[in-house]
Amino acid sequence: MSSAELMDFDKALELFEPVLGFEVHVELNTKTKMFSPAPNPAAPGADAGEPNTMVTPVCLGLPGSLPVVNEQAIRFSISLGLALGCEIAPTSRFARKNYFYPDLAKNYQISQYDEPIAHDGAVDVELANGTTFRVEIERAHMEEDAGKLTHVGGATGRIQGADYSLVDYNRAGVPLVEIVTKMITGADRDAPELAKAYVSAIRDIVVSLGISEARMERGNLRCDANISLSPRGSGKLGTRTETKNVNSLRSVERTIRYEIQRQAAILAAGGTIIQETRHWHEDSGTTSPGRPKSDADDYRYFPEPDLLPVEPSRELIEELRAALPEPPAVRRNRLKESWGFSDLEFQDVVNSGLLVEVESTVAAGASPAQARKWWTGEIARLANVKAVDPSSLVSPADVAALAVLVESGELTDRLARQVLEGVIAGEGTPVEVVEKRGLKVISDDGALIAAIDDALASQPDVLEKIRDGKLQAAGAIIGPVMKAMHGQADAARVRELILERANSQG
Amino acid sequence: MSESNPSPLDVAQVAHLANLARIALTPEEIEKLTGELGVIIESIAKVSEVATPDVPSTSHPIRLTNVFRPDVPGETLTVEEALSGAPERDGDRFKVPAILGEEQ
Repeated sequence: MSSAELMDFDKALELFEPVLGFEVHVELNTKTKMFSPAPNPAAPGADAGEPNTMVTPVCLGLPGSLPVVNEQAIRFSISLGLALGCEIAPTSRFARKNYFYPDLAKNYQISQYDEPIAHDGAVDVELANGTTFRVEIERAHMEEDAGKLTHVGGATGRIQGADYSLVDYNRAGVPLVEIVTKMITGADRDAPELAKAYVSAIRDIVVSLGISEARMERGNLRCDANISLSPRGSGKLGTRTETKNVNSLRSVERTIRYEIQRQAAILAAGGTIIQETRHWHEDSGTTSPGRPKSDADDYRYFPEPDLLPVEPSRELIEELRAALPEPPAVRRNRLKESWGFSDLEFQDVVNSGLLVEVESTVAAGASPAQARKWWTGEIARLANVKAVDPSSLVSPADVAALAVLVESGELTDRLARQVLEGVIAGEGTPVEVVEKRGLKVISDDGALIAAIDDALASQPDVLEKIRDGKLQAAGAIIGPVMKAMHGQADAARVRELILERANSQG
Repeated sequence: MSESNPSPLDVAQVAHLANLARIALTPEEIEKLTGELGVIIESIAKVSEVATPDVPSTSHPIRLTNVFRPDVPGETLTVEEALSGAPERDGDRFKVPAILGEEQ
């Protein structure tokens, strides 16, 4: 793809004001699909399954099949609407969105159009500078996910140039809630950070509600990012682009930054922005055009005749409202208190989008300090190198197991980092990796003393120095001993043994 | 454009709809359908004359709401059953022509 001209970010912000809008799709983790009793590949512990093994006649849109709404999906959608501070519509309706594309076999997607289940809410998003930005929610509506297409042939594996496509309908009909924001103005240079923080806030909400697995790398949570630039002070809206299916927190932030720079360069050169969908490319850090809006974007929505209106009773809404988890700000305060983190430490976790990970890791048995250290430290570092979100690398349960091994002294930090690498490489759980790689700390003092003796043989003056009070001289022995033990010794224990030796021979 | 046509539809709209519905029509067919569909639209428009804004739209002949099913997994098709009607298959997946476009 051709690389676009980019304007310096600061310069772009001097000239233009970014206007944002987000559509976040959340796959609900019900046991079954939205309109059929097929198992849901987005359910807890489920996976994508072998192709076309999780389908019913409804998923395939076979003649005579009749969709019936999943009650749990309705409850989850109402809970999410309430958590987003939305009004729940007394009557909402499903509608057909008509289009021809083989990701759905029936040539329409069941969605909601003018009568969504929830509307008019707000999410407060915390930024790194400590301020809170309120993102207004336009609506949250229910719909079904589409099947998965694999494009075969052609050079790139993308649709352009493909010879044919293969379709797996396991994902077709997975319950989705699409959360649509109102137009977001005033974010200015915080726009990229706000984008990431907003999606992270939505993720925190759906996880605390327990209604989605929310694994972005698996597509449980996907973001379409809309952005346009308004010449500063003009009060005129620009033409927007919509970057589709941005599938990590990191990419959401980068997409917004990139589009600001790209659009600013075009506008400053006197060009115009084409209203189009675009795709984010993680490898090159750029977006490229999908297709322009065309005649085919005429979805001819009409009420879905196979489904009846949803009219949640006041009792149901109040029951679900009463069962809501604490609001996000209250939750954050509670976690910060119970973990004993400083403001800075806690902000670091929140702004890295790792609140869910640290919370789950602590719940799985790690100390809060260890959980924070691993996620914001080594795991974040590795994720950065690999250009992915930390949460996609390793599960909270594995991090907790690793932290427990460190805390019990079975692993040093250094060994634990090697174990982490093994876990990320798919070698198994931390305990399994320790076993397979033979990475236990050598706690056999006999082996350590033998290594110390070897090291002392070549540096006999060290013990003398220690006895003279120069304790740091022990370092000259610790190094060679650690090397002889292939790093699998606890340096503190080695030091103790050296000092004991010096004193006993005194 | 057939300016003489009294139909509430014009040929361009019918051509557009045919394209959206992936139905190939000749210009003669489009012309004919423009008139025929126009008659249907006019007939239906008569209903609007009596339906005042306080009458809610009807999407179903029987006044039912909240028909749900419990979230309990049921029987699925086997792969063979699922693919039995496919014009073409490749392994366990449906094989379709490469269509320019993208997921909605």
